[in-house]
Parts: sequence; C-alpha cells; structure tokens
Amino acid sequence: MTEPLLVLDGLQKSFGALRATDDVSLDVAPASIHALIGPNGAGKSTLIAQIAGTLKPNAGSVRFLDKDITGHSVPKRAQLGLGRTFQVSSLAMAFSALRNVMLAVQARQHSTFRFWRPVRGDRSLIEPAMAQLERVGLAERAHLPVTALSHGERRQLELAVALALEPKVLLLDEPMAGLGGEDSQRMTEVLISLRQDVAMLLVEHDMDAVFRLADRISVLVYGRVIASGSVADIRASQEVRDAYLGE
Amino acid sequence: MLEMRNETYLNVGIALLLLAVPLGAWVMDESYYITVASRVAILALAGVGLNLALGFGGMVSFGHAAFFGLGGYAAGVLSHHAFEGSVFLNWPVTIDGSDATLTLWFAAILLSGAVAAIIGMISLRTSGVYFIMITLAFAQMIYYLAISLPTYNGEDGLPLYLRSSLPGLDMSDDLTFFFVCYALLLLAIFLSVRIVGSRFGAALECARQNETRLSAIGIAPYPVKLTAFVFSAMITGLAGALFVELNGFVSPSILSWHLSGEIMIFVILGGVGRFYGPIVGAALFIVLETVIGGYTERWQLFLGIILLGVVLFARGGVIGLLAGKARHD
Amino acid sequence: MSAAFIFEQLLNSLQLGVMLFVMAAGLTLVFGVMGLINLAHGSLYMVGAFFCAWVAGETGSFWVGLGAGLVAAAAAGAVIEMLVMRRLYDRDHLDQVLATFSLILIFNEGTRWVFGAQPLYLDIPAGLATSVPLPGGGGYPLYRLVIIGFGIATAVGLYLLISRTRLGMQIRAGESDREMIGALGVDINTLYTLVFAIGAMLAGLAGALVGALQSVEVGMGEPVLILAFVVIVIGGIGSIKGALIGAILVGLVDTLGRAFLHKLFALALPPAEANGYGAAMASMAIYLLMAIVLAWRPKGLFPVNA
Repeated sequence: MTEPLLVLDGLQKSFGALRATDDVSLDVAPASIHALIGPNGAGKSTLIAQIAGTLKPNAGSVRFLDKDITGHSVPKRAQLGLGRTFQVSSLAMAFSALRNVMLAVQARQHSTFRFWRPVRGDRSLIEPAMAQLERVGLAERAHLPVTALSHGERRQLELAVALALEPKVLLLDEPMAGLGGEDSQRMTEVLISLRQDVAMLLVEHDMDAVFRLADRISVLVYGRVIASGSVADIRASQEVRDAYLGE
Repeated sequence: MLEMRNETYLNVGIALLLLAVPLGAWVMDESYYITVASRVAILALAGVGLNLALGFGGMVSFGHAAFFGLGGYAAGVLSHHAFEGSVFLNWPVTIDGSDATLTLWFAAILLSGAVAAIIGMISLRTSGVYFIMITLAFAQMIYYLAISLPTYNGEDGLPLYLRSSLPGLDMSDDLTFFFVCYALLLLAIFLSVRIVGSRFGAALECARQNETRLSAIGIAPYPVKLTAFVFSAMITGLAGALFVELNGFVSPSILSWHLSGEIMIFVILGGVGRFYGPIVGAALFIVLETVIGGYTERWQLFLGIILLGVVLFARGGVIGLLAGKARHD
Repeated sequence: MSAAFIFEQLLNSLQLGVMLFVMAAGLTLVFGVMGLINLAHGSLYMVGAFFCAWVAGETGSFWVGLGAGLVAAAAAGAVIEMLVMRRLYDRDHLDQVLATFSLILIFNEGTRWVFGAQPLYLDIPAGLATSVPLPGGGGYPLYRLVIIGFGIATAVGLYLLISRTRLGMQIRAGESDREMIGALGVDINTLYTLVFAIGAMLAGLAGALVGALQSVEVGMGEPVLILAFVVIVIGGIGSIKGALIGAILVGLVDTLGRAFLHKLFALALPPAEANGYGAAMASMAIYLLMAIVLAWRPKGLFPVNA
C-alpha cells in the first residue's frame, strides 16, 4: 500500500448561502489517474481552485507529499510539484510555444533571478523544453507564437508547460474541452503515456476518455462527493445514474 | 525576421543620428545645439528607465518624475554642500557634500532605487488603474515634500555653482558632457537588452502578458515586478542627476507630474517596448518644442494634438510605423 | 487652542471634503460606467471656473455665471466624449491616460488662448460675503457654508438620481453588465455621452464654486484632480459611496494636518523648524493616509468588482 500524494480532507467553501464545496475528501495515489466528474455547477472548478491555491477553503485541509499546503500561495504549490492546466488556455500569448515551455523549465530550476545571460540559445533551457514539446507532439510547432496555434495545439502546449515543472501531481481541468475527435484521441494517448510518471487529478466531461483513463472516479454533485470507486463501481452505481447520468 | 532586421538598422540609424547632431553643431560652433542634444540624451535615458517597467513589465507608472527628481536632488544637494563646504548629514554617520561625479551618480541611483523599493512594495499590491493612480500620488507626495521643506529653498530651488568632476574628463565642456550622457544612454539600453533577454526578462515579460500563468508555473510575479521597478527607477534617477548637472539648477519642477507624463510620452511616441524608442520619443518632443516653440508660445497645444493623434491612430509609435509589428520569439 | 478654532477647522475640512466629493463623484461615475480613467476631469473644473468668472464679470451676477459655468463644462464634456473618449473605452488604461493627458495640454493652451494668460477673479456673490457667528465665538464665512450646502445637495441629488430614476437604473445596469444595457433597449452612445456630461458638469460646479475663493487660472484643475484621484483610490474606484467617505477623510486629514501638525512639532522643535516640518508633513499626510488604506485594502475601502 503506497501513501497517496495528494489528500483533500473535509474541504468546505461557501459563497454566501451556496455551499460550493461541501465536506470533500479524496486522494490521489502515485502513478494513478483519479477522475472527478459531475454535472455543470457541481463545484468542480471551485474545488480545483482550492487545490491549486487560487481560492482559500473555509475549512478542511489540502495535504501534498505529506505537507499541509492549505495556506501556501499558488507559486509555492507549483514549486513543490503540483502542476496544473487551465480549463481555458492561459499562456503567454506573445511568446512562442518553445518560450512558454522554457519559462517553466527555468521555474523548475529556480533560476529566474539571473539577469545577464540571454535565454535565446541557452541549451539548458531549450533542450528540456523541446523534450516536453516532443512528449506532447508539438515539437514541429515550437517556434510559432501561441497566437498562431490552433485550439487543440494550445491545449497540448498547456500540458507541455505543466510537464516541464516535473510535477508529482497534475491537476487537469477539462483537457479535452473543445477538442475534436482526433485531437481528443491524441490527448488521451498522451495522458496514458504519462500515467507512470505523474499522478493526475482529472476533471473531465468526456465520459469515453474518463472511462479509458481513470483508475478511480469520484462523482461531485452540488459540492458533495456522492460516490467514489473504481470505473466498474461507478458504472454500476444506481445513485450515480440517478443523480448524474440521468438514466 | 525581415522586420527584426529593419528594426536593427533603424536602431543603429537612430543612435548615429543622435551622435551626428552635436558633432555637426560642434563643427559649426553652435554650442546651443550640443546642449539640446544632451537634453535629448538625458530625457531618453529617463525614458529607457521607464520603458523597462512600462514597456517590458507592463507596469504603467505615472510617477517616474519622482525618481527623476530624487536622482536630481541627490546629486544637487550633495553638490550644494560641497560648494558650501558644509556637511549633508551629521548623525548617525557623517556625510559630506561631494563634487565627484561618480559619487553623485551613485547617490542618485541609490536614493531613487531605495524609494522605488518602498513605493513599489505598496503600489505593486495593486494593479490596473489603482497602480497608475498610486504611483502618481506617491510622486505628488515627494513633490510637495520638496516644495515645503525649507532646507533646500523649497519651491525656489537651488542653483548649483559646481560642475562635478570625473577623472580625466572636463565635464564643463559641452561636447564632453554630451558624450558622457550619450555613453550612459547606450549603456542603459545595452543593460535593458541584456535584462529583457535574460531569464529574469522572460519572467518579467510573462508577468506583463499573463500573471496567472507565471504563478501557475511557480514564479511569484511580485518580486519579479518589484525588482524591475527598482531597476527602472535607478536608470531614471541617474537621468535626473545628469539633468540637474546640465541645467546647473535643481527645483521641485523636476518632480512634477507633468514630467511623469512627459517621460511616458517619450516611451509611447517612440514605441512601447522598443529599446531605442525613448530616443525617438525624446528627440521628437524636443524638436517639437524647439521648432513649434520658435513660432508660437502655444506649442503644447500642438504637442497635445499630435500626441492625441498618435494614441488614437498610430499605436506602436514611430518605430512601430517604420519597422512594423513588435517581435515575438 | 479654542473650541471655536477647532470648530472652524472642522467646517473647513467639511468644505474641502464636499468639494472633493463633487469632483471625485464625476470621475468615479465615469470610471464605474465606462471603465475610463479621465485625467482631463481637472480641465472641466477649469472650464467651469473660467466661464463662471467671465460671464459673472460681464453680467454682474454670480448666479448667471454659475449657470454658464455648468453649461460650458457639460457641453465641453459632451463634445470630448463624442470626439475622443468614445474611441478609448475599449483601449487599455495606458492609452486612456495618454489621450486624456494630451487633452489637458490642449485645454490648458486653449484656455490661455481664449481668456489670456492673466488670472480672472470671481467675487463672492454680494449677499453671501458675510460671516455667521460660530458657537464659542468668532465667525465663519457664509459662502463656505453655502458651498457645504451645495456639496450635500449634490450627494443627495446623485443618490436620488442613481437609486430612483430610469437613468440611474441604466447607470447601475451599465456598471454591472454592459450587455445588459443593450438588452434594456438603451442607446449606449447616448447614455455614455449623458453620463460623461453629468460628470463634467459636476467638475464645472466644483470649479465655479471654488473659483470665488481663489484666483481662476490655467492649471487650477490639476492639484484638485490629483486630490480627487487620491479620494477615489481610497474609496474604491467606481464607488460613489466610497468617493463620499474618501472625500470627507481626505478633507479632514488635509485640513487638520495643516492646522495642527506644526503645533505638534512645536512641542519638540524651535518654531521656525516646527513650521517647516509641520508644513511638509501636512502636505504628505493624505498620501500617507492613502498608502495606509491601500496597504490594508488594495482595492480601496469600498471595492467595486470590475
């Protein structure tokens, strides 16, 4: 039995009378994908925001690698190895794809406060960055500005940037959103190939992808985890069908 | 790539032109134009400083006159004490006045940098319009402080009777003084190029484009921006010291918010985030002042109209018009 | 230090405060509805003062002058909204700052062109040039009390306008959601011009009223503009309520600082130095207030969600 990398314990977040996160506890084990599903408005984004650190929970804790990180800032969590992708791509738009990833490599190396040597031609940044772009299948587009990339390519780039941090756990906020059949297929393949190296918490609407990828699924409805289990458990659960699958 | 090369040629042309004017004036014995060229170089230097914060870091500081003025006062006050033979400070350490150029520059850079660190620490907690207004307000605070403190003549300002001395150079010679300003200007541009091209610069440019992204990869934007803000203020502060030396006079007018606006104009007229833009902006400003000012006292009316036209219809400034869109790599 | 003196200083604070509110209300209204930062607001203050002084001089009536000042400022506001501001709503704040800074240069030189370089003088209206007795002895100028009255009336009027009228409803809708205004079937261009003209008129009102207390000259709007910025930054940019609280705070701190700080310094320093440092501290006091408020609440006392 291996220790989980990421543990949420009794997280609560309210906006006025609305309980967006209601006593949520779950964990992510090493080399596994934990999928979080639920209808729109179930509070998935609010939950991700609390894990990534953009929202502070009202109660409960987030533990990562045996450390309580509930009070940590966003950058500090990222430095510890908690990577994320955004639901709507959030990149440095004037930079090329490569420079977006290079910046993440430099963040990983804690070498931002160097003022003299040009990054252009710096192999200690370019080579690891290219490796990540290859990993997600974007190497040929490395020198294009983000504005010239397609929607699907931007999603791949988001992933490459997150991977450049060499995270222990990745938070993936709807990585398939807006992807066509082929792109989404490709993203699924990439995520499968990553599973051994990086544990993931995956928020996703695409059920085919979730059932293919997940080792474990939790179902969030009105801020509460109403069911949690293996793919087979969730497929079989009457409660989940009633509440979510609408059958 | 072609556009990039165009910008490089343009930059070389701009730098050479600024050098050619005072040399021509020297040949023709028109020392007035040497002084005008020195003013352009100094104001451009102030713009190069602001450009680092505004153009590359996206920090719209409307208070850079504070740093220009503090640099000017640091140099002016030390020089004043040197002339009087009095001390600047008795306690906790004794600081004498000085007429050594390097000491004056150092004092200007140190003071503007230190104050920028304090102003930046508070101002950078905010963003957007708040940041613009807070930097403006802090600059006003220093302006009123300079006006109301009687020690250095308040509003009337201090005349300076000493030219500072730089070993091996005669700073009271107009052309020599121009070369010194010009060299510092090119040095500051070179430093900006290195800083912007470095790892730090990459983070700074990302902070301008998308702070959320920068945080998400584990780089806190605040220290990056604060550091750039302090660098920016130091360069502008050095320009202030040179300006005071050029005029032989220091007064609160170099802290006024009009000057903050003008430094911003140098950056915008030339092109935001263009390394050589502030030279073009400052030169254009001085040319307008000299040429239109020769015909009518109302030259600021025309400056206003031209500037309004540039903002509304020619985004990207002069270098943007001539060299095409900004680079992306 | 008599009670009458303290009372007088409090009234002075209030007078400065309400004038700053009238100025800041227009600034914050325009920002709240259109998202525009307008440095030329101080120019509209100047326009109000100049037209009031000129027309009052020609007709001999302050009140006719005041009307002219309001109309001139509102008209100038409507014209620059249609010619310039409209193109700036979708631009970033940097462009807005530069464009409106250019307008200041144009207004300053334009005013000098039209009215000449000499300052104009505006007399306090005849019936108001007296003082009223204060409790505890001494008197207070009636005109300053009238200014306070105008300020309070403006605050009440704005409150009623925004909470009770159709226009107010549209303004509130515009603050929360631009698209909603379209859905309400309102012509956005007209609404924006109207809002801008109202803001301009308020600036003109402040300028005309204060014009009788000081000389009417080019550049007079700029120090007031910056104080108004401090006010809305403290209050929360876009919030009228914040502008009111911020204005009163700034009025108090500035006036009381000037009245009392040098006396505080005199406890420890010789009189000449105490006066110097007291004046220096007093002129910095409101900026320190702003820094403290912002260090505590970076979006002001009454933050508006943009």
